[in-house]
Amino acid sequence: MFESLSLLSLQQYWWLIVSLLGALLVFLMFVQGGQTLIFTLGKSEEERTLLVNLLGRKWELTFTTLVTFGGAFFASFPLFYSTSFGGAYWVWMAILIAFVIQAVSYEYRKKPGNFLGQKTFEIFLIFNGLLGTLLLGTAVATFFTGSAFSVNKMNLLDLTSGNMPVISEWKGPAHGLEAALSPVNLSLGLAVLFLSRVLAILYFMNRLDHAAIMERLKKQLLYNAIPFLVFFLAFAGWLLLSSGYAVDPKTGIVSMEPYKYLHNLIALPVVAILFILGVAGVLLGIIRSVACFEKCHTKGIWLSGTGTVLTVWALLLLAGFNHTAFYPSNWDLQSSLTIENSSSSHYTLTAMSYVSLLVPFVLAYIWYVWRAIDKKKISTEELQSESHVY
Amino acid sequence: MTHIDFSLVDWSRAQFALTACYHWLFVPLTLGLSFIIAFMETIYVKTGNEEWKRLTKFWMTIFGINFAIGIATGLILEFEFGTNWSNYSWFVGDIFGAPLAIEGIMAFFLETTFIAVMFFGWNKVGKKFHLLATWLVAIGSNLSALWILVANGWMQLPVGMKFNPDTARNEMVDFWKILFSPVAVNKFLHTVSSGYVLAALFVIGVSSWYLLKKRDVLYAKRSIVVAASFGLLASIFILFTGDGSARAVAHHQPMKFAAMENLYMGQQNAPLAAFGILKQDPNAPGHKKMNFSYLIEIPDVLSYMAFLNPNAYVPGIYDLVHGNADHGVPSYNERIAKGEIAINALAAYKNAKLAGNDSLANIMLVTFERNYNNFGYGYYANRDVHELIPNIPMSFYSFRIMVFLGLHFFALILVVLILTVKNRIDNKKVILYTALWTIPLAYIASMLGWIVAEVGRQPWVIQDILPTIAAVSQLKASSVQLTFWLFAVFFTALLIAEIGIIVKQIGKGFTA
Repeated sequence: MFESLSLLSLQQYWWLIVSLLGALLVFLMFVQGGQTLIFTLGKSEEERTLLVNLLGRKWELTFTTLVTFGGAFFASFPLFYSTSFGGAYWVWMAILIAFVIQAVSYEYRKKPGNFLGQKTFEIFLIFNGLLGTLLLGTAVATFFTGSAFSVNKMNLLDLTSGNMPVISEWKGPAHGLEAALSPVNLSLGLAVLFLSRVLAILYFMNRLDHAAIMERLKKQLLYNAIPFLVFFLAFAGWLLLSSGYAVDPKTGIVSMEPYKYLHNLIALPVVAILFILGVAGVLLGIIRSVACFEKCHTKGIWLSGTGTVLTVWALLLLAGFNHTAFYPSNWDLQSSLTIENSSSSHYTLTAMSYVSLLVPFVLAYIWYVWRAIDKKKISTEELQSESHVY
Repeated sequence: MTHIDFSLVDWSRAQFALTACYHWLFVPLTLGLSFIIAFMETIYVKTGNEEWKRLTKFWMTIFGINFAIGIATGLILEFEFGTNWSNYSWFVGDIFGAPLAIEGIMAFFLETTFIAVMFFGWNKVGKKFHLLATWLVAIGSNLSALWILVANGWMQLPVGMKFNPDTARNEMVDFWKILFSPVAVNKFLHTVSSGYVLAALFVIGVSSWYLLKKRDVLYAKRSIVVAASFGLLASIFILFTGDGSARAVAHHQPMKFAAMENLYMGQQNAPLAAFGILKQDPNAPGHKKMNFSYLIEIPDVLSYMAFLNPNAYVPGIYDLVHGNADHGVPSYNERIAKGEIAINALAAYKNAKLAGNDSLANIMLVTFERNYNNFGYGYYANRDVHELIPNIPMSFYSFRIMVFLGLHFFALILVVLILTVKNRIDNKKVILYTALWTIPLAYIASMLGWIVAEVGRQPWVIQDILPTIAAVSQLKASSVQLTFWLFAVFFTALLIAEIGIIVKQIGKGFTA
């Protein structure tokens, strides 16, 4: 079935999948957003425990999506993996360390014998929530703004005595941290941070049975939705007006094209529709949860969540489709990575495509299991009857 | 271009070793305990006896504490291939990335989804569905081990691939050959069964502590019966898979095999060094020649172990470095020369292609392909050939201690099982204390296995194809040094927290 597809079709198929995984990851980062709100929303120990447990039941799903996103990116576009991870070392290390400390925090937070103390693990959760979202958003922004690196495969074959045979060389001395100094990158980073907090609030509204926290959620939704909108619109505005990294389909030569991403949006009507539907979904989810709170507040997460997935998916498709370099180098344009020059071989993409057929099955059992587990809303009383509490 | 910084290579290796060792501290218990819990819950569902449910829940809590830190330490490993070994990620990413992605899609989601049912589903789903979830967690954990060990096996024996000169990387041509390579199959079976033995010894050791304290005696004995039955089968299986692994090493990684045995001069009817003490030979070039200051040998066994023939020739370190024409072993200098030819031919091929000179490109391609199996040796041109010899004492001692401990585990599990079944274990204090103190030994044996596998294959990241000096990312050594210490501090703190929590949990007992 997949064998008969051209290499380009397989590359496009895998860019669709990797982008979708990235989009799902951003949605699931409501867990991170929620972690940054534990002390804002939870005024007592009991309330904080309730919130932590609500998030604790989903953190592994986010974490696994991150791991699978990394694995899928490695398998389908290995040159990105080697160039970005080996180059923007400090950004990725900071993101990874933020996730390492998250992985133990839920399980160890309240367990007796934990010498670091409950507060330490709560700080770990906040640190993960802030840094994980902010830096991941910043890193994704470089898909549009570019980074300083070079790629030269001939380096591998240079046996001149003592030379390092490394293909991808990063040019910025800060190894990725320089990305956080760009206001455009930062605006996407902050948009992701505030979006994750908005989604967390909508998730809490959906799952929580607690009157006092619900009141605080209403307030916090606006406090976080406004900065999200400001930063998102700033990034989206820049994106539609800025030049982009265009690839000549015949020669593969990369050049700067004014309004490239706006052109992409016009040239890819399906992506444009996804983008508009996505943004509308996010906004509608927020507005309805505020405007008709009594009736609609439990449904906001589904609207805004779906909207998030569609928006991020569309953004990543804009970065890679329509002859665009998805990981551009602003140091050497011709080193920029495209879905064509950075992908795995036809054979590997074919083999992986068969594996991708498992994805609907995986999504189905995740859906089934969480329907069964999340039948009832969570309250302090319900938590007390649980045998496993974080 | 920057020059190779050897301290960067060393720190990158040290960081990978550190993070891999920390990860492996937690994985084997997950692999084995998941099955032990599944067995216990199966008995609960079959009998309806609430005591088995309590037993299941107790070990499940321990499992959860250990699982969390396993996830934390595992995340780093996946991304480190990119962050610290960027050349490697491109050079073999077409092959190596796939198992990692499959691991995520096929195994990790299975584990994390059904683990939620395991912990939160007791009052929300039916008994049978809960049991199914527990089994699926065990299967998911072991499936994830399969894919990462297939990837590791491929690094030890690169099969099912072809170098593409146009993309300058290795590309997959046969998925099934990679999945079913003899090294991958043996590595998977040997590694997961070592996890089963470790988990069995953990459960037996903890239960022995309860018996020594005369607490929760019935629960402890039941735990021992389940764990020891499982552990006994696994420790028999591990002997066979260990034998298979050693043979695969002898066939495909002769230098690792020679280092494991400190076999300097190759020979027919090679004896096995059952016990030996090494001392440095100060006159040897590169100071990598070790002599025996004490040795007990078993005649012919090494030849038989390696090739199932007591008369077979086993090449030694000297033969592999200097060559042995009688037995068709090329010297490292010959291989380095061929590797250099391969690398230069590939460069010439690419330049000829750029210049549009197809006939020259074709000639260079033929030269390249003829010499490709020595490609990695080319990076050792103008370098000391003894850099291609791994650390012999680490390989030699690690292998022996691992095997001796393996035999101890088998005997202990057998004795404990018999005594428990005959209901005579309660007063056997020596056995119970031995079982308790065998817990750390199980971890040591497990770690030594990886030291044999990974130290023994140095300096290769991909056997014969890519050495560490050509695989590393271009970073400052001080950056990697800093992240090394960050991980060392974080992981040590988390390990101490984990041990503290597990000890407290055990102290609470089965009925708390």
